[in-house]
Amino acid sequence: MASSRAQSTYEVVTEAVEEKVEQVKPVSLWKNAWRRLLRNKLAVAGGSVVIFFALLAIFADFVAPYHYTTVNFGRNYEFPSREFPMGSDHLGRDVLSRIIYGARVSMTVGFVAEFIVLSIGVPIGAMAGYYGGKVDMGLMRIVDVMYAFPRLLFVILIMSMLGRGLLNIFIAIGLTGWVRIARLTRAQILSLKEREFCEAARAAGAGNFAIVARHLLPNSLTPIIVSLTFGIPEAIFTEAALSFIGVGISPPTPSWGQMVGENQQFIRSYWYLCVFPAVGIATIMLAFTFLGDGLRDALDPKLNE
Amino acid sequence: MIYYIIRRILWMVPTLLAMALITFTIMHLTPGSPLDPVADNANPLSPEAQRNMAKEYGLDKPVWQQFFIFLYKAVQGDFGKSYVYKNRTVNEIIRQTFPVSLHLGSMALVVAIICGLTLGIFAAVNQNGTVDYLCSLTAMFSVALPNFVVAVFFIILFAFLLQLVPTGGWDAPRQWILPTITLALGPMAVIARYTRSTMIDFIRSDFVRTARAKGLHERRVILVHVLKNAMIPVLTIIGPLFAGVGTGSFFVETIYRVPGLGRFFVESMTGRDYPMIMAVVLLYGVFLAIMNLIVDLLYGVLDPRIRYS
Repeated sequence: MASSRAQSTYEVVTEAVEEKVEQVKPVSLWKNAWRRLLRNKLAVAGGSVVIFFALLAIFADFVAPYHYTTVNFGRNYEFPSREFPMGSDHLGRDVLSRIIYGARVSMTVGFVAEFIVLSIGVPIGAMAGYYGGKVDMGLMRIVDVMYAFPRLLFVILIMSMLGRGLLNIFIAIGLTGWVRIARLTRAQILSLKEREFCEAARAAGAGNFAIVARHLLPNSLTPIIVSLTFGIPEAIFTEAALSFIGVGISPPTPSWGQMVGENQQFIRSYWYLCVFPAVGIATIMLAFTFLGDGLRDALDPKLNE
Repeated sequence: MIYYIIRRILWMVPTLLAMALITFTIMHLTPGSPLDPVADNANPLSPEAQRNMAKEYGLDKPVWQQFFIFLYKAVQGDFGKSYVYKNRTVNEIIRQTFPVSLHLGSMALVVAIICGLTLGIFAAVNQNGTVDYLCSLTAMFSVALPNFVVAVFFIILFAFLLQLVPTGGWDAPRQWILPTITLALGPMAVIARYTRSTMIDFIRSDFVRTARAKGLHERRVILVHVLKNAMIPVLTIIGPLFAGVGTGSFFVETIYRVPGLGRFFVESMTGRDYPMIMAVVLLYGVFLAIMNLIVDLLYGVLDPRIRYS
């Protein structure tokens, strides 16, 4: 009696499960994440702003009313008007055009610098995590020292010694930024390399490189992507901060941070000179943050529960 | 406990040495020299004058020798003369400006901790309510916006439009308000976020259910049982925040014209003021290490399970 009842419940349960399995179509991780991302309004707004600024940066030559070096004699320090929608600076250069070209610097720094950080940090972290031992020890000692050094302090030091310029900004951010991503990758690899699938790959005859590149790295991709989406605004912030104190982008190339820094002393008389670039920095930072938060939630649904 | 503190202080020595070595190497490996600075207002010097200056500052010796001379003097507390402010020693400059930065930084941290905790607690108690939503929005804005951008908006809003406070300076307490709030915003947001998430974890735990079941007032449950436990993870985040406040002060001090160390630091870097750079980097290093030690000791106060050995 009792056993037949158990039998019947069992059957009912299996039927229900089978029904469910039939209803849900198989969805890949990426498709699923993409769908979740689209449902997040803030993230979509952030993403659209990022795309907008990226397009602005690419097509700056066609969008901007003037070139960023065009000097209009006798038209300096003009308030926003139809001709200069955001006013003109001390040389009579159109502020709007300089802001449009400034998006170029921000976007380039954001993506290229973070790509450099990634291509230094991931291999080092993967090596330390996979091989362990002395490689790992050495890396962790370097990481300890770098953590004692406030990052911004280090970046300012490198920049003021190397001199201004976009290339030097890449060097400075690359040299200081890899530490965190290396640590993250190391932690991921450390926990993954003991898993069964890794053992299976080794048993099937895969070499060390293949195991890391084909099995371990793809499985630790989500946290790396999440840290990437927060690394990009950090790189943009670093460039703006460096240019603000005068050790970032060299003039006449416009950068938003530099425009705020150069004109903050005139804030009382010519507010528009530093307010518009400040709004630019604020917008791009917020857009990346919203997008990053959305991506993290979409890629790692466990966090939301 | 005493042994723990002594060991931690001894561990600071290799870290500081490494910091000094890295800074020294970067300064001397990169092209340029303090005698021929790239600063905007620098005068070009004749080769002869450059040689004399190099002798005066000891820059003619081999680099490794310079490093050991620096270490030997630094251990005795002598950081030499500033290259940029020629008749002042580095110690004089630091003695004048560091108290101002320390004052600004500690006010900012106190504000950040008090406001951050309050925001976090309110957000956690009203989880997913309007207050929570507003709190996380404020936190998001404060984390995302660089403090010099916030400073520009604050000056426009509070100094020009509302005319509540002056735009800058450091003579009267009224002038302290804007720099303090600007510097406090970032750390405040981080503390608020962290407090919220750790408090939410603890609110669901068994001992809180017990506390409620035995009839404790809700306020007592939250403030004593939940907050005390939630403080431990929050403390871990406060240590690194000191670094943020320290470097953040460069920008806040520049934009509000605060006569602190942050402004001098940037000037000394662009002017290749070697003695000044070394002194400031080491000062930050020591300061951060001590603050981290204090934070680690505070864990033990909050959580008696932690033993120092």
